[in-house]
Amino acid sequence: MGHHHHEESGLAAEVKKATEVAAEKCYQCGKCSAGCPVADEMDYTPSMVMRMLQTNTPENDEKLLRSKTIWLCLTCEMCISRCPMSVDIPKVMDFMREKSRYDKKVSVKANDILAFHESFLLSVEKTGKLYELGLIAAYKLKTFHLTQDIAVAPAMFQKGKLHLMPELVKDRGNLSSIFAKTIKKK
Amino acid sequence: MSRIGVFVCHCGENISATVDVEKVAQVAGEMGDVAFSLDYKYMCSEPGQALVQQAIKDHNLTGVVVSACSPRMHEPTFRKASADAGLNPYMCEMANIREHCSWVHERSEETTEKAIDLVRMMVEKVKYDKPLEPIKVPITKTALVIGGGIAGIQTSLDIANCGHKVILVEKEPSIGGHMAQLSETFPTLDCSQCILSPRMVEVAQHPNITLMTYSELESLEGYIGNFTAKIRKKAKSVDHSKCTGCGDCWNKCPSKKIPSEFNAGLENRTAIYTPFPQAVPNKPVIDKANCTYYKTGKCKICEKFCKAGAIEYDLEDEIVEIPVGALVITTGFQVKGTDFFPEYGYGQYKDVITGLQFERLASASGPTLGEIRRPSDGKVPEKIVFIACAGSRDEAKGIPYCSKICCMYTAKHAMLYQHKVHTGKSYVFYMDIRSGGKNYEEFVRRAIEEDKVNYVRGRVSTVYEKNGKLIVKGADTLMGGQPVEIEADMVVLATASVSRCGSEDLAQKLHISYDAYKFFAEAHPKLKPVETNTAGIFLAGACQAPKDIPESVSMASGAAVKVAGLFSKDEMSREPIIAVVNRMAPPQFSSCVGCFLCQTACPYNAIEREEIKDRNGNVLKTLAKVNPGLCQGCGTCVAFCRTKSIDIQGFTNEQMYSEVMALLNA
Amino acid sequence: MMTLGFYPGCSLTGSSREYAESVVAISEAIGIELKQIPDWNCCGATAAHNLDKELSLSLPARILALAEKEGMEEIVVPCAACYSRLTVAQHELNHDEEMKTKVSSIINMPYKGTVRIMNVIQMLQKYAVDKLTDLIKKPFEYKAACYYGCLLVRPHEILQFDRVENPQTMDVIMSQIGAKPLDWAFKTECCGAGFSVSQTKIVGKLSGKIVGDAVDRGADVIIVACPMCHSNLDMRRPQIETYLQRKVQTPVIYITQAIGLALGISREKLGLQRHFVPVKIS
Repeated sequence: MGHHHHEESGLAAEVKKATEVAAEKCYQCGKCSAGCPVADEMDYTPSMVMRMLQTNTPENDEKLLRSKTIWLCLTCEMCISRCPMSVDIPKVMDFMREKSRYDKKVSVKANDILAFHESFLLSVEKTGKLYELGLIAAYKLKTFHLTQDIAVAPAMFQKGKLHLMPELVKDRGNLSSIFAKTIKKK
Repeated sequence: MSRIGVFVCHCGENISATVDVEKVAQVAGEMGDVAFSLDYKYMCSEPGQALVQQAIKDHNLTGVVVSACSPRMHEPTFRKASADAGLNPYMCEMANIREHCSWVHERSEETTEKAIDLVRMMVEKVKYDKPLEPIKVPITKTALVIGGGIAGIQTSLDIANCGHKVILVEKEPSIGGHMAQLSETFPTLDCSQCILSPRMVEVAQHPNITLMTYSELESLEGYIGNFTAKIRKKAKSVDHSKCTGCGDCWNKCPSKKIPSEFNAGLENRTAIYTPFPQAVPNKPVIDKANCTYYKTGKCKICEKFCKAGAIEYDLEDEIVEIPVGALVITTGFQVKGTDFFPEYGYGQYKDVITGLQFERLASASGPTLGEIRRPSDGKVPEKIVFIACAGSRDEAKGIPYCSKICCMYTAKHAMLYQHKVHTGKSYVFYMDIRSGGKNYEEFVRRAIEEDKVNYVRGRVSTVYEKNGKLIVKGADTLMGGQPVEIEADMVVLATASVSRCGSEDLAQKLHISYDAYKFFAEAHPKLKPVETNTAGIFLAGACQAPKDIPESVSMASGAAVKVAGLFSKDEMSREPIIAVVNRMAPPQFSSCVGCFLCQTACPYNAIEREEIKDRNGNVLKTLAKVNPGLCQGCGTCVAFCRTKSIDIQGFTNEQMYSEVMALLNA
Repeated sequence: MMTLGFYPGCSLTGSSREYAESVVAISEAIGIELKQIPDWNCCGATAAHNLDKELSLSLPARILALAEKEGMEEIVVPCAACYSRLTVAQHELNHDEEMKTKVSSIINMPYKGTVRIMNVIQMLQKYAVDKLTDLIKKPFEYKAACYYGCLLVRPHEILQFDRVENPQTMDVIMSQIGAKPLDWAFKTECCGAGFSVSQTKIVGKLSGKIVGDAVDRGADVIIVACPMCHSNLDMRRPQIETYLQRKVQTPVIYITQAIGLALGISREKLGLQRHFVPVKIS
């Protein structure tokens, strides 16, 4: 399969269907990469991501879904704020993250990041709000970074910023049903 | 009683392969009022035309129907042939049985029947044709050129050299436009002022050119060959017939803090001023809005020091009315300022400048006498970043088009900088390099290969200032989008070329079209680049779209020849297919009730008001009247007229109706 | 006493408690009672929209539906991330009828999308600035670098708040209370967002650049309006100092705390003691 623009299949087509973002609008000016705070830490910069989508090859589609880039993206929205073609890169990143996780293609380099997000949502599912201690506990269990921030926790607690017990939403049933109907369904 | 001849063409096989042309000729011969018919292989050929002419003579024909191709192809051919044989050409019509029949259908009986119907309709129409004469319109052989930049200068000289009078109107105190602001021009690196000044002087001295500087178009009326232009000659407050251009006045003027337009804001000028040393005319004007005397009543220092007594504070603007036959619009363009870029500092960083400002720095007559220096502290920059496509090709900023000249002038600027500052480092952030003109590509290669300008493919996300340096955050897309950060001493933005402020107003005054970006519209993008849709008004230069000097000059000469062509006759001949309002005997005078819906509807401003007066001068009725010089025969007025008082000669309501009835009754 | 709907969000009740304290304190001072949306839930923050679109719309929708149910026409959302999530979700649902119906069924509540969502600066602009000048007891005479972060100003098409480059709304309010707002280059550069735990080194670098620039330009204090930014610039100061290779003592406080100090409210009431970097001003 070559560099086609008008295929109805492939990741770019999926992206377009889900987000209405047309990869062909991108003319590779690089302004997004130039302004991205973490571009130098990514495996593919934002403009490179758009180019890879444009090539519409299975190899590049795989590379994108398995990249560290999509998880390292801060969702700071600097890219779209400067893009001359108003390409909604944050939306594209959101879509690729979601797909990467559902397709079980998440890069090992993004393990910590994904672990954090999942721990966060676990806390929200169970309590309705963010229970920080619960989040940290779940995170450490997933990542084995057992000693991380060990100095910070007592200070937080002493300053009254860390609750021992979670604050619970009363209608937690509603919350778990929301999770059941969305993220847990897939 | 009509005696109509019908001539059916085979057009080789184009028609005869699909339509039974012999049958069409035979059936046509039997139609009422048809005195003669034949079919022939190539009616448009010499023998074919001769057949028409012979038949007109032999059979005393009062009308001719040539049943062949589209009238857009050969109507003029057959009309001329008929005229040569003594028949009024407007009694000759064409029935299109090619584009409308044989080329769009398969061979069948129905196709032939359709061809017969088309002939039948046209025979009916010709029965109602009346002999018409072309309309003669006189031509004033004076051209009005609006805009005194290189395009305006070139077109004025060309028209004047053809022996015609030219009025060149320029709103600034001097002609020269943007070209006068440039340091050197690509690809030769000629000194811009050096190649321009001789032309400017030629314009000033040419016996056929009247130069009106510090003047603007106030209004325009009329039509091709017969315009009336009102020009506002703004009060200069200086009597140029007495002024010697010695400069004492501007040297003594105390108002010194006015940003100089010519120096793109990098330097100040005085209230009484000439814009630059080589100005034509080289005599000052007073900028009333910024002059202390006009604002407060005090000062008058210039008058005190003027040895020639040329200062005249009480002069008012003068409006002159000039008849002209054609106009050439050469008002040029302007560039966006640095304040257009929020991500590059909203214009607040002194050392972030536009390409035009860089030209002034590089120019020997500029604020730094040709040395590249930072506007903030006057130091020579060691590192300059040039940002191409600043605002252009940017949908988000509302300028999706390419400004065409920036790739070239950016390469030029980088080269000039490297030539002047041997140890300097320059970077160009680009998306593409557009260098399609003659010797342009070689010019850019020279910048890269000889002058060691660093080209980085990628746009710049932001520029900010820190400790007197400008931090430029760009990317190298050829390296996968790798971020590139440069600490520069100066940043030059190749800002987008846009239409001039006031273009919309001018277009409205001229009744010419403009596009979404307020660039004036050419009549056809490929084949009519110097004409507008308004007859008699032509375009040249960057007011139509961004372009470089050679293109502007070419266009200017092209527009000049259109004007000269127009002026080559004493009279203009126009097709008489125009609207006419009926007239009848008093007391009615016309069935027109004077509602002037036609005037509202007419896209060409061709409807006028005619007052019918009695012997004492009292107005009895106001009727619509069509200006035969302006009317394009579009028929919109006919559709609007509630009393059916207006009709198109050669395409009357009666004729249209009879064609339809001919079809229905067949 | 006017009542205003209030969505604190998870940070304000936990790790950024002092922000809530200061918001409540100055609201009191200007005669506003803040009423929390009953039984509010977490908006999902970054985690939800990173992992599942429908979840990321449903969590905010539930919050807004609860506000609507309570009859709240306006709510103030001091956390910039929550403000962004709520506003973006509301916008997306208002422009996609199908999704709106679907989400309404997921949250099992009627949802109209009519609540007016304000960030803390908009609340100040609407209700405080007219009254502030008269209430000032001690002008906040410090050089302040106002740090907006990402989510107050982007995406601009949806939020329509201030301007994307060199925003000024916080600077204007800080001027009003006597501060000298600085012109600096990192007003809207990301601090590292939600990577505080999972990519702490990156936060050290990004927040380090921000603090570094502010300090180089002579800032006495950095003003924020987002708990995540505050945490990254304050709690992660050790990582910032590692990146900058120097010690930096410049405190980071919320705009509501700065205003509170100008109004003469006590440091304890404003929660200044809860910061990691000691707030050695005023």
